[in-house]
Amino acid sequence: MTSASSSTMVIATPAPATRRAERDARRDRWFARALKASALLVLAVLLGAALSTLWGGREVLFGEGLRFLASSEWNPVDDRYGALAPIFGTVLTSIIAIVLAVPVAFGIALFLTEIAPEWMRAWFSAAIELLAAIPSIIYGMWGLFVFVPFMAEQVQPALTAVLGELPLLGALFSGPPLGLGILTAGIVLAVMIVPFIAAVMREVFLAVPGRLKESARALGATTWEVVWHIVLPATRSAVIGGIFLGLGRALGETMAVTFVLGNAYDIQASLLMPGTSISSSIANEFNEAVGNHRSALLALGFLLFVVTFFVLLIARVMLRRLARREGTA
Amino acid sequence: MNGLYRRRALGNGAAITFAAASTALGLGFLGWILWTTLSRGISAIGVPLFTRISAHGEDGGLANAIVGSGIINFMAILFAAPIGVMAGAWLAEYAAHSRLGALIRFMNDILLSAPSIVLGLFVYVVVVLPMTAWSNGAVSFSAFAGALALALIALPVIVRTTDEMLRLQPMTLREAALSLGVPQWKLTSQVLLRAAGSGILTGILLALARVAGETAPLLFTAFGNNYMAFGPLEKMASLPTIIYQYTNDPNPAMHAIAWAGALMITLFVLALGLLARWFLVRGHIRHD
Repeated sequence: MTSASSSTMVIATPAPATRRAERDARRDRWFARALKASALLVLAVLLGAALSTLWGGREVLFGEGLRFLASSEWNPVDDRYGALAPIFGTVLTSIIAIVLAVPVAFGIALFLTEIAPEWMRAWFSAAIELLAAIPSIIYGMWGLFVFVPFMAEQVQPALTAVLGELPLLGALFSGPPLGLGILTAGIVLAVMIVPFIAAVMREVFLAVPGRLKESARALGATTWEVVWHIVLPATRSAVIGGIFLGLGRALGETMAVTFVLGNAYDIQASLLMPGTSISSSIANEFNEAVGNHRSALLALGFLLFVVTFFVLLIARVMLRRLARREGTA
Repeated sequence: MNGLYRRRALGNGAAITFAAASTALGLGFLGWILWTTLSRGISAIGVPLFTRISAHGEDGGLANAIVGSGIINFMAILFAAPIGVMAGAWLAEYAAHSRLGALIRFMNDILLSAPSIVLGLFVYVVVVLPMTAWSNGAVSFSAFAGALALALIALPVIVRTTDEMLRLQPMTLREAALSLGVPQWKLTSQVLLRAAGSGILTGILLALARVAGETAPLLFTAFGNNYMAFGPLEKMASLPTIIYQYTNDPNPAMHAIAWAGALMITLFVLALGLLARWFLVRGHIRHD
């Protein structure tokens, strides 16, 4: 090539425009690769979180196997760990939170989309969103210093007096009014997840075509009938998605429940008694834990991650189902 | 007929009352929590809070925690913002209709609500443990690890807003640039990202608001420190972890300091929310 270079100058050194096109093409490729690698990092984080906690908890998860899940004994002194009490607490507080939060969130979404006067909607929506922006540790502090005394002095004695004597339900509401406990944690969680569920519901209620609602109105339907017979059936899957989104939040929430649960590894029938949860066990004990104790806590973290992953998966699938139907309609 | 009509009207009235009561309940809790934070926090705010460190206990302040929170949050956004914007740009510009793009967008939404405490455990296992082993215990918990844990929480927020903001940009903008012979990388980085700038900045501010109050993942990554620390490989205090520590303390004087810290975080988060909204509004007006 060098010998011919003097006579074929044009071919040896490409025109500047071609060179620039090549350079741009090269940069394009690297740019796309860098962007794609960043995007793949999202998958890597999810996978890494699952694998690292599985790896960290392997001694207990594979060494103890099902005994870890089925045992309620949690005893760092004897180095024996069973996950039943934290699982019980996590599930029970989340169920209480969902049972309390869903009707309230529905009421708020109903109010903000169908009932409130126009000027009020934007302001109240922003205020409810504010509730979601408050950091969870603030909920925890408020729960411990304000809500726990309120529960102990006002709510729990009343609950025990009214419901404690009933034949079956009574067991749920018996015991001393400690203020702390499963029920209190469930209520604090409910306050935390209401804005998330309400935001999803409000959004999908607003997406229901106006002519559907107007048609029902024209037939004489009341506001409630429009919502119950038109809006809810049209948005059912997304509403369920929103509820699962709230459930995912409730399962993994740490700081709001750690202070108010009471940190007791007991499984008791009464909702007024202290308990523990997966996340609060980890938060309370992880820094002092070594050996099997740490492994057990990491194994709990793995369980929590897997369960919330599937709950959130269901939530997103349900939410997407509505979005897709909207697209084709 | 009259009975049916009355029953329907009653049912409707009951539903409206229930909806209004639910909203009042939600706003009531908001007011209750904000009022508690404000009234208990304000009484403990004073000059020593900003000048003294937490090693002095009840006579101390939160200076080291404020500095620590600033450093850790700044580093977290420094890690998460470029990667998040790049990932969001890929989803919007390169993978808008690809199957992998759909999968990543879906998984990003899950990461958005994943339990933050597990992300803290993840960083503990892959960063804190190896660093402890390599340095023979000289370095263990660190501000770097804490920032990394927070970055993992901020990442999905930034990815999602970038993706959404870029997809809002008009197709004519892309066509105009491409017809001028602008290569794809220049189109994405210098035309689209710039046009969506205020929206992306909103996403970054929202991500900062999200991580500013995070406590659980910092407990076993940055750990905490009662003295002033600046190095990224040192244990570092932060407002949320010191609030956690002081709330668990039986001494009421410590609770007062914790409330002051809680008020600071709340005001910071709310201010960020307002700022984000303001940016978004300004951006919309400019593009309309």
